[in-house]
Amino acid sequence: MGCPMPKLTINGREVEVAEGTSVLQACEQLGIEIPRFCYHERLSVAGSCRMCLVDVEKAPRPVASCAMPCSEGMVVHTDTPAVKAERQAVMEMLLLNHPLECPVCDQGGECDLQDIAFAYGKDRCRSREVRRRVRDKAMGPLIVTAMTRCIHCTRCIRFMDEIAGTHELGGFYRGEHLEIAPLIEGPLLSELSGNLVDVCPVGALTSKPYAFRARPWELTKTESIDVMDAVGSAIRIDSRGGEVMRIVPRLHEGINEEWIGDKTRFACDGLRLQRLDTPYVRGSDGKLQPASWAEALGVIAARLKNVQPSRIAALAGDLVDCEALFAMGQLLDKMDVGNRDCRQDGAVYDTSVRAAYVMNTPIASIEKADAVLLVGVNPRTEATMVNARLYKRWRRGGMAVGVIGQAADLGYAYEHVGYSPVALRDVMDGKHAFASVLKAAKNPMIIVGAGALARGDGEAIHAAARELAESFGMIREDWNGFNVLQQAAARVGGLDLGFVPQGQYGMGVRSILAAAQGGRLDALYLLGADEIDTAHLGKTFVIYQGSHGDRGAQRADVVLPAAAYTEKDGTYVNVEGRVQRTRRAVPPVGEAMEDWAIIAALSRALARPLPYETVKAVRGAMIAKHPHLGRVDDVSVNAWQPFGKGGTLSLQAFGAAVPNYYMTNAICRVSPTMAACTAAILPLQQKGEGK
Amino acid sequence: MNNMQPKSFFFTPENEAEAKKIIAKYPAGKQVSAILPLLDRAQRQHGGWLPSAAIVYVAGLLSVPEVKAFEVASFYTMFNLEPTGKYLIQLCRTTPCWLKGGEDIARTCETRLGIKAGETTPDGLFTIKEVECLGACVNAPVMQINDDYYENLTPDSVMKILDDLAAGRKPKVGSQTGRCGACSCGKGDE
Ligand code: SF4
Ligand code: FES
Ligand code: FES
Repeated sequence: MGCPMPKLTINGREVEVAEGTSVLQACEQLGIEIPRFCYHERLSVAGSCRMCLVDVEKAPRPVASCAMPCSEGMVVHTDTPAVKAERQAVMEMLLLNHPLECPVCDQGGECDLQDIAFAYGKDRCRSREVRRRVRDKAMGPLIVTAMTRCIHCTRCIRFMDEIAGTHELGGFYRGEHLEIAPLIEGPLLSELSGNLVDVCPVGALTSKPYAFRARPWELTKTESIDVMDAVGSAIRIDSRGGEVMRIVPRLHEGINEEWIGDKTRFACDGLRLQRLDTPYVRGSDGKLQPASWAEALGVIAARLKNVQPSRIAALAGDLVDCEALFAMGQLLDKMDVGNRDCRQDGAVYDTSVRAAYVMNTPIASIEKADAVLLVGVNPRTEATMVNARLYKRWRRGGMAVGVIGQAADLGYAYEHVGYSPVALRDVMDGKHAFASVLKAAKNPMIIVGAGALARGDGEAIHAAARELAESFGMIREDWNGFNVLQQAAARVGGLDLGFVPQGQYGMGVRSILAAAQGGRLDALYLLGADEIDTAHLGKTFVIYQGSHGDRGAQRADVVLPAAAYTEKDGTYVNVEGRVQRTRRAVPPVGEAMEDWAIIAALSRALARPLPYETVKAVRGAMIAKHPHLGRVDDVSVNAWQPFGKGGTLSLQAFGAAVPNYYMTNAICRVSPTMAACTAAILPLQQKGEGK
Repeated sequence: MNNMQPKSFFFTPENEAEAKKIIAKYPAGKQVSAILPLLDRAQRQHGGWLPSAAIVYVAGLLSVPEVKAFEVASFYTMFNLEPTGKYLIQLCRTTPCWLKGGEDIARTCETRLGIKAGETTPDGLFTIKEVECLGACVNAPVMQINDDYYENLTPDSVMKILDDLAAGRKPKVGSQTGRCGACSCGKGDE
């Protein structure tokens, strides 16, 4: 048994650390830098590179500080000439077989090996031996390998085992013959594979789409958040000359820790393509013609004149920020239009209570859960970072998972409770054994997918899930295990702002689309809404506002070009109800404007002016009405109140809510990288599911 | 080599029963440790080499990711991932054997059999493999043929051993000079 709070001396300074702290960590606490390659604070300790050597008094030889737990009375030296010589020797060994190709290596400028060699290496090579060459390995469309550069730190292997959970990489053979490789060469199947680029301390694994495109020191770095799913991972947008060059993760312990999904990282090449860079108006020949802002807004004003408000409707898409939704809502109010919805998927469940549509268990609190029931949801494809957290929790042991829905490969083991919503009843009534698992759990959770709630029996599922949460002790003063997993970045914000049908006759998505098809709608405003069936909108006059020439724009009569998420300061509310902001990294393309500004301009053209000149002004007004939207990064506890209508659970099995992770919105649909993933990875993933 | 790979692999009923016994030897939750003896069983069952299907099969038995089983199988030189000859000659090439003339032993084998390390004779009888220390350095130089050790080798004794095997005779196992084990009694020392 170690001592509870060992005290040790490092370079003459005393420090007291928690039991189990390694010498390396203790040094970090004192701000003493220890060079390392294999050690990664979120991965298990390998102790294989020996770069972290320190001297410990009375120890017969230098000690790998990452793998050595602190003990009482240890006296450690990190800055003596001996330590310097030891590290120099390790460095020399690591460089024995490392190619001297920094000028053509993409890791250059952000390479641990380069940096540490600069600090600890020698400038001469004494070896005259032939350097080892290792064949490069195929890893699919995202990662390019240069395996001769590999220093065998095994971080990538541990990442795949411990974070991604797909166990795809291994170290084969040994000694001089050791090679890091995928078991089956070809595309990696994990949606987290892009993190290998960050995890690899050298240039062995680098980003394929970003290859040879920029050097880190040329990039402007903007801290922002992701909108590819509703999780809102913290990202950094690296841009050069008005172009987004790459997206990398930023640390957020509450959300994504230091990882991001491949869509978040790699869909950004979609920002360069098929952009709407000028307004368009459909001419008499039926073709969209470029137009000026004044013309386009004029056409809208003319077409909306004398149209009854009940024959106008607006739908908001999945990537829209709160400011735009708020301004749009106000404009619609001014026009007396109640037909509006932010739920493109057609969901109609009760959203009057906030706890009814968010994850009430913050992502980080998943680590406290000990039983989880997944209902009609595949967190791996719908919210990759949530799945990563579930996997992390599961790996620690002591968490049981039950699945109602498709039996997908989630990385962790689970009990397949049933295929259809009726299984919820079985659990409720204690007919299924998982009921006793939930009963016995201290912190049980239920996660209901947005796709489940968009079904015909969505209201029944919603109510049944609530009932289950209440009767299985998931709702307590100190714990709320009821969770709805949204897929769209805009959804929680839209619901918070009440962008749902207003007034007695206000129509929601389903009725709006039916009205359009039946000729009962004169004008439809698509605020970035691309996930609806645009083929059956009849003769309705369609206005599309958004960043990409996707489905909505193709059907539109007037197209208003808007900024993408990397080009604006916008508020989003993530799946946990956490308020976050994107920040403008690059200017909007061409004539495009930020969404709120377009709506403000339109309001003036319609003679129903909104008083906003700046995003601050819109945000101020929005926060005045919805104060919680001003509390950035706050996950507030949502009051538990009765909600839901109930209904009959259907026997129809749950489908896959996101059949293709790589193609879920207008940006990824035009991304060449996402297309490559769809072609290369998706068939393999589906084959894997089948086995 | 790939066309030699069988599509599937299963233990024979005897090996399956044996596997159960082996697994039961390890404490609960640590069954993965049985991977080495199980891979060895599989290799013996499959005529001295370990096809991919067998590695996958063993991984499945122990519920360990396949990649881990392949790491283990490729790490140990005792596992042959490709078919070998009837007699697998493992030549020690580590320092003590090398100092005691291991090079000559290797050369002798190669000339006698007409193949190089890593190759198999056309008649499928012999495969030569170079390995690291076999742990019998006291009697260096050493080679291992299938499960038997041949120690204190000289080019002549190697020739004799190979001739015996080729002729279907059983050669003398152990120290070729008659040294009794690793004993310092001097019996059998040159
Ligand atoms: S590829 Fe990179 S991360 Fe993987 S072992 Fe080699 S150096 Fe380490
Ligand atoms: S960092 Fe300690 S051995 Fe690699
Ligand atoms: S060196 Fe050959 S057996 Fe040890």
